[in-house]
Amino acid sequence: MSEHSERTSEGQLRRALSALRHDPLALTGSVVLALLVVVGVAGSWLAPSGINEVDVDRMLQPPSWSHPFGTDELGRDVLSRVMVAARVSLQVGLVSVGIALAVGVTLGLFAGYYRGWLDNVLMRCMDVLFAFPVLLLAVAIVAVLGPGLLTATVAIGVVYTPIFARVTRAGVLSVREQVFVRAAVSIGASDLRIMRRHVLPNIAAPLIVQTSLSLAFAILSEAALSFLGLGVQPPAPAWGRMLYDGRGFVTEAWWLGFFPGAAIFLTVLAFNLVGDALRDVLDPRQLTVSEARRSAT
Amino acid sequence: MARFVIRRLLQSAVVLLGVTVVVFLLLQLVPGDPVRVALGTRFDPQTYEALRARAGLDQPLVVQYVNYLGRALTGDLGVSFRSGRPVTTIVLERLPATLSLAVTAVLFAVLIAFPLGIVSAIRSGSLIDHAARVFSQVGVSVPDFWMGIMGILLFAGVLGWLPPSGYVALTEDPAGWASHVALPAATVGLVTASILTRFIRSSMLEVLSEDYVRTAEAKGLRTRVVVLRHVLRNALIPVVTVVAVQLASLLGGVIVIEVLFAWPGIGRLTYDAVQARDYPVLQGAVLLVAALFLLVNLLVDILYARLDPRITVK
Repeated sequence: MSEHSERTSEGQLRRALSALRHDPLALTGSVVLALLVVVGVAGSWLAPSGINEVDVDRMLQPPSWSHPFGTDELGRDVLSRVMVAARVSLQVGLVSVGIALAVGVTLGLFAGYYRGWLDNVLMRCMDVLFAFPVLLLAVAIVAVLGPGLLTATVAIGVVYTPIFARVTRAGVLSVREQVFVRAAVSIGASDLRIMRRHVLPNIAAPLIVQTSLSLAFAILSEAALSFLGLGVQPPAPAWGRMLYDGRGFVTEAWWLGFFPGAAIFLTVLAFNLVGDALRDVLDPRQLTVSEARRSAT
Repeated sequence: MARFVIRRLLQSAVVLLGVTVVVFLLLQLVPGDPVRVALGTRFDPQTYEALRARAGLDQPLVVQYVNYLGRALTGDLGVSFRSGRPVTTIVLERLPATLSLAVTAVLFAVLIAFPLGIVSAIRSGSLIDHAARVFSQVGVSVPDFWMGIMGILLFAGVLGWLPPSGYVALTEDPAGWASHVALPAATVGLVTASILTRFIRSSMLEVLSEDYVRTAEAKGLRTRVVVLRHVLRNALIPVVTVVAVQLASLLGGVIVIEVLFAWPGIGRLTYDAVQARDYPVLQGAVLLVAALFLLVNLLVDILYARLDPRITVK
């Protein structure tokens, strides 16, 4: 029975990798994400200038060979700041979705497996969180806990938890009726073992898809929180914050608004392309990006 | 149908109760004393004591919640820590601005998405279909505030056609309102249109593959008649609900756009309340938006069940 689960997981992984290799759009998205990870990890070393090197003699300079993305109102190199800010976006995206995944999957597993009052209580709690528009709830949480990288990460993690709980529960409800699960129960396997070894591997496909799509939304949410001054605090660079700071100079220095926004757009697009390709292969019945965003806005 | 409506009403009531718990607990999560934090350098003992007593913070937590719920049910959401004005009044004053922006944005989105989604499905695989799919994918990936900034740069900076920000009430000066709402509504509307386009396309494709459509075609009906009489009427049922849900989302989800365009709606109010640490206003705005969101979702479910009776059976 565990062999069945392992075969299922391996098969899904192979299909996922094959989809990413053979779909040109997904391949492009994967390459962009790989580059982003490199920039995110090594951005500080790769950046041509220091992110806080202020130089009043070169304020608001347009893009040139020495500063391909121009300079900001303090004379700082925009390219360097965009590169280093990639780490913030990736970090917040990965950690917040990790939180949502861990909490949501645990709640969904227990709700779907045990059903009854536990299912009712947990799912009504998720319904309550779903009743708030995502960004509004994240703003409210950050507002009371105080702005910063950690609170923004936690807030985004909290608001994306219900979607993982729902996806997991829906999967568990169908898998728990399968013969191999009933067989595991009949030989006396513990509930935790059944959930870990037999149920979870068989609901991995929708979770993988949901994770990749949620990463895109989490990065958008982080950018929005930073734009509102509730994410990473200055002088550390964040794409959303750079957009907010640049909006005052939008008509005289277009590059301040253009490049950080383009970085957010490309990152989110890359995650969405990969997510859509994974969905087509692993879980065609699951929501498309557009539909998922409907529940995420 | 009646049983379905009653069940949904009860479910919504339970969720709304949960929403009030979350909103109430927001104030309890503030590290330290929320009134002291809110007053900051303007602290004086008399104001401090008055605000604490008015907010009921000197009582046990359960008593505070019961009082909060009781007052909320009568429309009393407390007073602003900053201005001392009733929160309900402050929030309701901002509602028309948000409503006008959200409705205009959805109208804009519908005008783009319906023709694009329908043509894209009918001419599946054509150039216009590919264009619609690219538009859809780009639309869901682009940050709306970035698109707004680029819109300001183009239409206010380069072309000088529209004001970069600001608000004029529709009732005071319709032309002024239209010029001010155009950019924020188009920004939000384009993102919404990209979501709707994909829904309409997939809904149309699903219906186009139904047997009764093939039968209609086999009878020799013209394509226009088949599409208008058989496909659209069925394909648009789920789309109606998506449009309504999008509208509900925009009522609380346009904080960033309202901040960018200095649009004095609920989103801007929320932002200002966060900046001023005016927690009762923050609570009031969040509660109102969540309640509106729930109400629209409830109405959508009932409307959907009315349009498609299979829903009540499920």
